[in-house]
Amino acid sequence: MTTAARPDADLTELLVDRVRAATTRGTALRIVGGDTKRWYGRRVEAEPLAVAGHTGVLRYDPAELVLTARGGTPLVEIETLLRAHGQHLPFEPPSFGPTATIGGTIATGLAGPGRVARGPVRDQVLGARLLTGDGRVLRFGGEVMKNVAGYDVSRLLAGSLGVLGVILDVSLKVLPAPVATRTVRLELDSAGAVEWLADAAHRGLPLTASFYADKRFWLRFDGASDAGLDGVCATVGGETLANAAAERLWRDVREQQHPWFLQAQRRLWRLHVPPNADIRPFDSAGACAFEWHGAQRWLVDVDRDVAIEIAREAGGHATLFRGEDGMPEVFAPLPPAMLDLQRRVKRVFDPAGILNPGRLYATL
Amino acid sequence: MAADERLVSDLAAVLGPGLLISPDACVAFECDALTAHRHPPDLVALPTSVEQVRETLRLCRQHRVPVVARGAGTGLSGGALPVPGGLLLVLSRLDRILEVDPVRALARVEPGVTNLAVSEAAAPYGLYYAPDPSSQVACTVGGNVAENSGGVHCLKYGLTVHNVVELQLVTLGGELLTVGADAGDAPGLNLLSLVIGSEGMLGVVVEVTVRLLPLPRRVELLLAAFDDVGRCADAVGTLIAAGIVPAGLEMMDAPALRAAEAFAGCGYPLHAQALLLCEIDGLAADVEQDLARTRRLLEQAGATGLQVARDADERRRLWSGRKSAFPAVGRLAPDYYCMDGTIPRRHLAAVLARIDELSREHGLAVANVFHAGDGNLHPLILFDAGKADELQRAERFGAEILEACVAAGGTVTGEHGVGVEKLGPMCSQFDTGELEAFHALKRAFDPDGLLNPGKAVPTLHRCAEYGAMRVHAGRLPFPHLPRF
Repeated sequence: MTTAARPDADLTELLVDRVRAATTRGTALRIVGGDTKRWYGRRVEAEPLAVAGHTGVLRYDPAELVLTARGGTPLVEIETLLRAHGQHLPFEPPSFGPTATIGGTIATGLAGPGRVARGPVRDQVLGARLLTGDGRVLRFGGEVMKNVAGYDVSRLLAGSLGVLGVILDVSLKVLPAPVATRTVRLELDSAGAVEWLADAAHRGLPLTASFYADKRFWLRFDGASDAGLDGVCATVGGETLANAAAERLWRDVREQQHPWFLQAQRRLWRLHVPPNADIRPFDSAGACAFEWHGAQRWLVDVDRDVAIEIAREAGGHATLFRGEDGMPEVFAPLPPAMLDLQRRVKRVFDPAGILNPGRLYATL
Repeated sequence: MAADERLVSDLAAVLGPGLLISPDACVAFECDALTAHRHPPDLVALPTSVEQVRETLRLCRQHRVPVVARGAGTGLSGGALPVPGGLLLVLSRLDRILEVDPVRALARVEPGVTNLAVSEAAAPYGLYYAPDPSSQVACTVGGNVAENSGGVHCLKYGLTVHNVVELQLVTLGGELLTVGADAGDAPGLNLLSLVIGSEGMLGVVVEVTVRLLPLPRRVELLLAAFDDVGRCADAVGTLIAAGIVPAGLEMMDAPALRAAEAFAGCGYPLHAQALLLCEIDGLAADVEQDLARTRRLLEQAGATGLQVARDADERRRLWSGRKSAFPAVGRLAPDYYCMDGTIPRRHLAAVLARIDELSREHGLAVANVFHAGDGNLHPLILFDAGKADELQRAERFGAEILEACVAAGGTVTGEHGVGVEKLGPMCSQFDTGELEAFHALKRAFDPDGLLNPGKAVPTLHRCAEYGAMRVHAGRLPFPHLPRF
């Protein structure tokens, strides 16, 4: 699909009016950007609030390493712009579809393979303008690298799934894209891959991504020079992928289009655990793949109790990433005191609880 | 003694010798490193366990006594200034390194552990803790969390908020909460970034899990001299636009570099009007390539002299001037006042020129030594508190610098925090709506308003007064810069 050139549009006033009207009527709203990640989180039954029309890159100066864009700006537009200047979003967000927006990217807080080396989504958030549930427009953070004035509300929006407000615009720290990159494939079983990673922790390798599935283990190294990376590849061994194949591989992992992900029939569990957690219980539970040097593991079609228990035993937590199983919660339960605190934090921004109610937890 | 006797006896039962009540003992804690503001605490608690912290907070809530948490007291904005009728909770005795996990590259520490001690404990494994505020020998990790401290390596390695993965937080009610996660993304809202940099307003941090980085394989330090401050400032943007992200990129102007040279004898070129210290680290092959490109770019940007440190000794010597710049500048006048605004890098030259103008207007000298890569300015205003009205003039000069930073699209504090010092300038950065949201957030964590009351976020009343004062001054600061 090709998109025709479309003018940038500032829908702030329209969105404020819609939110205020909903507040008055007491109507819950479901914030919809590019509608590519509706399946993530709990299902919200509410009137849609379309924000994809609120578009435009507001400021981008490559020398500042900062980009500010309206929430509805397509992710692909931002990535293309950055690429033209040799820069990128270091957390390599998945889009899950061509219409994904930058606002939805920040609100879901999902990061791709580079997260393990370059940090989560929130690390790159510098500032945001937020439309609250009672129709206020508030600006937090800014466009500078260091800023400790006021509580850091803008980073809190990463992964907030719209329960605090609509991201009207967001300022992100961007980084130079790596000049050189190499991907190698090793033939290892899962235990061998975990062991390889534990050993690599001491070797100072420029490892920026890893993916294990079906006894194959891919590693990506990034650097400033081809010469340096060729040296790295020689010490690591295995087969070096051609650039195009490597790019396709990491895109497929990020977008879950890799064949391993396509086998999921009913549900896909995401488990965040210590990277060196024993892999055996995961393997015995069913098909298991992992990224982020072992810290993000995927299980296909296992039962809820099994997924939760394996994650807990390993010192982490499980999320029902995709697939309905008729259960009330998809994210790991919070201790009651923490859930209460989060509900109070929500009320600061959404006193009537009309924005994406229940998307994170039934009562949040 | 102001505190009520029942509270004192209850606290004594919890803390034993860790409770100080005599004015002679308490006066030692009357200020942090912002020494212009002092108030001796009525009570000082020095807990040695998390349980003592929880009990102390519960008792303070029960007796409605305000609590100010403090680490080593190296803060520069008065965040740990005791409040009248309050208890000062000094966490320096919670100083155990609980765990260093070299495979996961994590360290779990108590809040009273010093910043440098974390790197020292990690060093045997070839790892270190990246944030390195200049006070790192003394400042504590808990204090770093409260202030979201930076250092000279932030551009590449981030601030405290980028290097902490999990906290244990005690609320005023004595509840112990896990914030963030040491494995992947925390479920629910991630309150980590809200708590980091919150200046002790939301809770008391009793345990911190930080991520550790591998010590870089190769480090090179380049010193570039310029005969013009503006050209030096512009060179910073040139480097970064070319895709180079130095580990450190520090700038000093003539007064600062001369003071540093006189103090440390570090070999700075005294004829220069400005100098850049540019540290590049990483893999050997990458560092060589980036170093060559950096040299070329700096030459093109008009550097009059370039010097690459020959070895680790020379690197240490060149850094020693930068790291001792504050005390070195401190010798130029009886007192100095350190500012901490951050601006977009493209405005560095213009804002430095504006600071120079203000210096002449106020009749007070200024030296600039700062984190140029981050656009984080540290103008040091020189004055003599012994002379009539010089402190007031210095404070006014400082406030006008911060307003210039806000007008340039920046912030009134990059890494030192608001504390009591920048409550006024906060009013020029935030509107009523944001300030109300900050107060509401505090209430969500601390409904009784007893944690560090009066700090970090100005009351609307105060801003009304501050605004009136600014309007009275007659004109917008920094009129030639775009506003957004």
